[in-house]
Amino acid sequence: MSTPRLLEIKDLRVEFKVYGGVLKVLDGVNFSVNAGEKVGLVGETGCGKTTTMKAILRILPIPPARIAGGEIFFKGQDILRMRKRDLSKVRGSGISMIFQDPTAALNPVFTIGEQLGAVVQHARPENRRLSKRKIRDKAIIPLKEVALADPERLLDSYPIQLSGGMRQRVCIGMALATDPELLIADEPGTSLDVTIQDQVLRLLRVLVEEKGTSVILITHTLGVVRETTDRVYVMYAGNMVEEAHTRKLFAEPLHPYTQGLMQAVPKLTGGGIAEGIPGRIPSYLDPPPGCRFHTRCPRVMDICRRQKPPFFKVDEEHQVACFLYDQNHDRHKEETATL
Amino acid sequence: MQLIGFLSRRAFQAIFVLLGLSILIFVIARVLPGDPARTALGARAPQWVVDRLREDMHLNDPMHVQYFYWLTDAVQGDFGISLVTRRNVADDVKEFFPASLELVLFAGLITAVAGIGLGTLSARHKDKWIDNAVRIFSYAGVVTPSFVFAILFLLLFGLVLDWFPTIGRLSQDVPRPPTITGMMTIDALLAGQLATFWDALKHLILPALALAMGSMAQEARLTRATMSDNLTKDYIANKRALGVPERKVTGRFLLKVSLIPTVSIFGLDFAASLSNAFLVELIFVWPGISRYGVNAMLRKDLNAISAVILILGITFITVNIIVDLVVRGLDPRIRLRSARSD
Ligand SMILES: Nc1ncnc2c1ncn2[C@@H]1O[C@H](COP(=O)(O)OP(=O)(O)OP(=O)(O)O)[C@@H](O)[C@H]1O
Ligand code: SF4
Ligand SMILES: [Mg+2]
Repeated sequence: MSTPRLLEIKDLRVEFKVYGGVLKVLDGVNFSVNAGEKVGLVGETGCGKTTTMKAILRILPIPPARIAGGEIFFKGQDILRMRKRDLSKVRGSGISMIFQDPTAALNPVFTIGEQLGAVVQHARPENRRLSKRKIRDKAIIPLKEVALADPERLLDSYPIQLSGGMRQRVCIGMALATDPELLIADEPGTSLDVTIQDQVLRLLRVLVEEKGTSVILITHTLGVVRETTDRVYVMYAGNMVEEAHTRKLFAEPLHPYTQGLMQAVPKLTGGGIAEGIPGRIPSYLDPPPGCRFHTRCPRVMDICRRQKPPFFKVDEEHQVACFLYDQNHDRHKEETATL
Repeated sequence: MQLIGFLSRRAFQAIFVLLGLSILIFVIARVLPGDPARTALGARAPQWVVDRLREDMHLNDPMHVQYFYWLTDAVQGDFGISLVTRRNVADDVKEFFPASLELVLFAGLITAVAGIGLGTLSARHKDKWIDNAVRIFSYAGVVTPSFVFAILFLLLFGLVLDWFPTIGRLSQDVPRPPTITGMMTIDALLAGQLATFWDALKHLILPALALAMGSMAQEARLTRATMSDNLTKDYIANKRALGVPERKVTGRFLLKVSLIPTVSIFGLDFAASLSNAFLVELIFVWPGISRYGVNAMLRKDLNAISAVILILGITFITVNIIVDLVVRGLDPRIRLRSARSD
């Protein structure tokens, strides 16, 4: 590839140890972001989107989480094997993240000013020694950027004193305060009503456009992906199942799961993603062998139950993890027929 | 403004609690079997002397009249004469209470510092050997009564290793500090007598540690549980994700939110310390109020019993108000909620 990779995830495996056993959630995730790119990530609830993003920043709660394998590179540096000191340089000013649930992301016993102040103070080495007053002045800027009224008063407020929409904006402001090279936006505004969600997304788009930030946008709403992103990944049960340029993916979805998603689109009025596909995401305690989608796939073949499909390149801008697109596809079909 | 409202509300409640407590104490003390006047004077005193003492003590008056006499004196700090020591009960309390207070406060300090410290250590090294060691230690601490620790420490650190003195509050040859608070260590510091301070501290350490073990273990377990739970929360991940260094994430953002339950049960720990103090005071020959109180109970020394229970009640209420104040300081949700209900 000639384009420089900003972020690259290779064969990432993440498990969660829970009471009943081990949840094998991420099952060899491959994912990348190029500089300046806006990448979408879609998939039904519980498929591992947030887990993948938290792994990038090394903020998964360990335990219960465990990185069982794989590599993550940010600008060529190996994040998973990085020393703590180097890691703290990547976090914030390298990569920052807007959390899915703004209420959970804010510490209930600190004011917005205390939390945002700490972020601002460590966003740049030269901010480290600034006075409280100066930090406060700097903290006001991102709050103004996300169009929050009366930022002075906001700094002295506690999270419970704010509305859901305000908390969401605060979280966006906080993530932007570090002026990151890569911004991860995990379903921004999903917890809010549709109009506010719309405002928040528009605001985010403008801010990111201004600064030329690279973005990973996670969302349940395919329309948003189509309008906002350059490239899309589709995720199912801890695997990336399809990757394509946004236009391509919408014009010609290849993976049976993606096709199901697209068919479900008319029904998607802010609701869940998977209503078009019968069945449910499999249990991570004892995931199906081979292709994890085979329990729900309308075109399942025999090989799908035995072997895990790798990414097959359909063309330069499109790859899909499904045996239907294997060169040897016809043979797989014959095998299935003779059984 | 809010704070004043809170304090006056709590003070008002405290008065009612204390009034109720005083009635309770008074009634219990009076219904204990045996004649206090007879107990005071001994079996061989002639009946007419006993009768006269009963008259002097208003023991022949109806209960509510007796209570009225007692209460009017009590609010003036006059609890009458001890039937056993023949001294003013108020003087006894002034002598013995600071000794216990010193013991319990120092135990509280150990509980807070060591309990929170061990709990934090444990949570940060969850499931590593250090965590397992702390867990075994705190399990043992919770299930072992404080007098067992007292005897153990006395034998080991006092007699075998001879690191610490095991009797009383001060060595014979050390000059006593002038009484200001009645707490030896503090009085010695105030008077600038460092040698005395050191000696008093050495006397204090073993009994305080024995007394602190149970609640320290309790606090360590609670701190560990809250912290390791909070460590998985998004608001911690969020600060890490945005580049706040680990030192600050755990030392500031995690600590404050995790201290709330720990501080909240501190009031209960303190009550437990007060009641456990008796055996510890007995073992280390500590001239404290618990020992005095139990002796008074055994001898049916009415005035002393009432004074002791009342002073312990006041201490308990005060500590709980302080604990609530600290929790309010830590948790804005409580402040804001009570502001709304005002
Ligand atoms: N802290 C945890 N403890 C145990 N299991 C977890 C934990 N976090 C995530 N998981 C498991 O990982 C799976 C994927 O979770 P994740 O939050 O990554 O999904 P998601 O794709 O972000 O879903 P959503 O769209 O609902 O946000 C969950 O189904 C759950 O089983
Ligand atoms: S690999 Fe097989 S089961 Fe999986 S999506 Fe393709 S056809 Fe369906
Ligand atoms: Mg998620």
